[in-house]
Amino acid sequence: MTTTTDTRSATPPGADPDQAPPRRKVKPSLSGRAPQDTPAGKWTYLLLGLTFLLSIYPIYWMFVIATSTDAALAEIPPKFLPGGEFMKNLDEVFSLQDVYFAESLVNSVIVSTVTTVSVLFFCSVAGYAFAKLRFRGSRILMVMVILTLTVPNQLGIVALYILMGYMPGEGGWNGSLLAVIVPGLVSAFGVFYMRQFILGAVPDELIESGRVDGATTMRIYWSIVLPAIRPALAVLGLLTFVSSWNDFQWPLITLGGTDYPTSMVALFDLASGNYVLYRRVLAGAFVATVPLIILLFVGGRQIVRGIMEGAVKS
Amino acid sequence: MRGLSHRLHRFDVKQMPYVLIAPFFILFAIFGLFPLIFNGVVALRTWRLDDPAQDGWAGLANFERLLTDEDFWNALYNTFGIFVLSTVPQLFLALCVAFLLNRRLRGQTWFRVSMLLPYITPLTASTLVFLVVFGRDTGVANWVLSVVGMDDPIDWRAGKLQSWVAIATMVNWKWIGYNALLYLSAMQTIPRDIYEASALDGATSWKQLWRITVPMILPVVIFTVVLSTIGGLQLFTEPMLLDSNPASASGGSNGEWQTIAQLIYKVGWKNLNLGYAAAMSWALFLIIVIVAVVNTLLTNRLGGGKR
Repeated sequence: MTTTTDTRSATPPGADPDQAPPRRKVKPSLSGRAPQDTPAGKWTYLLLGLTFLLSIYPIYWMFVIATSTDAALAEIPPKFLPGGEFMKNLDEVFSLQDVYFAESLVNSVIVSTVTTVSVLFFCSVAGYAFAKLRFRGSRILMVMVILTLTVPNQLGIVALYILMGYMPGEGGWNGSLLAVIVPGLVSAFGVFYMRQFILGAVPDELIESGRVDGATTMRIYWSIVLPAIRPALAVLGLLTFVSSWNDFQWPLITLGGTDYPTSMVALFDLASGNYVLYRRVLAGAFVATVPLIILLFVGGRQIVRGIMEGAVKS
Repeated sequence: MRGLSHRLHRFDVKQMPYVLIAPFFILFAIFGLFPLIFNGVVALRTWRLDDPAQDGWAGLANFERLLTDEDFWNALYNTFGIFVLSTVPQLFLALCVAFLLNRRLRGQTWFRVSMLLPYITPLTASTLVFLVVFGRDTGVANWVLSVVGMDDPIDWRAGKLQSWVAIATMVNWKWIGYNALLYLSAMQTIPRDIYEASALDGATSWKQLWRITVPMILPVVIFTVVLSTIGGLQLFTEPMLLDSNPASASGGSNGEWQTIAQLIYKVGWKNLNLGYAAAMSWALFLIIVIVAVVNTLLTNRLGGGKR
């Protein structure tokens, strides 16, 4: 990078160095600059802007219908600006008898929060053990964790349902939040991700000095490891919360038809009745989407980082 | 007193690591591994939800039934059709978007974060939006088509191809940005001097894309191919909610777009035949493994041939 010369000075103002059609037969590319060091041209911005519009339009349109009357759906060309009926539509959603929408939001908050806190704790202590503690079989056990990453759990869903029927308590766990929460309390990805992060973020000498001072394994976790892995906890926490909130198939199977749905199951019920009104359906959908959009606003940087780091490491 | 603290210390050093990893392995064994194995047992039994008394060994009856079950073959056909229509454009477009993002951009973080809007939107919510978008009479999709000159409105739920396209659109919308970020992260780990050296040899940026960037990110491409195979063959939410009566799980009046995951749900929890549903899950598992391996080999060969 240091050996490259700047092409910008050689280009007439207004011309786009990468996108201009090659005049000569062979156009020496970027004069040696790697793509990520080359300033984006106007076509790049235009196409990315288009991608962004296509990404956000369905979400925006959900909001437009959620704030409108029934007539809005029939408009041609499609209605573009939101209306003023959001509270009325939402009120109808909340007062529908068999949908339990308000309860479902509370349930989703409970499920996602408990799952997230638990994944953060169990995965960070396991990741700590794998990264920094010496014990027999640690290597082979870590290989097992990585192998479990590739197993599509959904395929055992019939057996999982039967298993839940035998869990302690009257009638087993099917139909209760436990059936959704407990299988999600740990995650193989979480253990793997935490191990990778702790390997790089916590120097061995720090752990050793803790040992010399007589600190126990857990003491070292609390006072040395935990403060060092806060960024990783944020990433894993956000990813876990999102996937737990959005989980649909298993909650539908085990909670469907009960008065204890999660919000995803409640949305399914909202769209399933005999008398489906899409302004209501999409008002509900919008309410269930908003928490995640807020999360993306607050923690988007971390989520992007988590996804991108996960790709390189695995 | 001394002996006790000594023993405590020994425990802390020797056993504590196992205590720390135990929760993961115990919970995974019970709720992840056991169901997978137990599923094999259920598949060999006549396990009905409505009539527990009927529970008994069925031998291979469930698997034999599978071979001649038209619903199963129809669902398999649909699943593959939707899978091809969603995976190929999805990964290709993700590559294009990643290529666009792999520049020095103003508002770089903002662009990256915004690519995740579809990923973060609950699948149920976005599918319900698309359900309306793909309405026959007043849907936005048909309006767009009429603007570009196709005046005959398409009934998206009336045939296999239309409904597959509708579902594939939802899948593509959701996953292009996510995959683009995966590709982008791989692109940015390519050493810069490789580009410098090839530029000295007079390579154009188009040549660099195909000779350097794509081959260098091949491992991540294979990773996404495997991921979307696993996800694409288990497609459930989109086909469920495209139906005007989602609870039926029938995937259209004649099963036009019923996928295997949907059929498993229907057989197990609507027809209450868990044994047969378990047999189907095993079949799906095998199919996923085979397709993932074939796709990996194919991608490897295609990518390798470019060099």
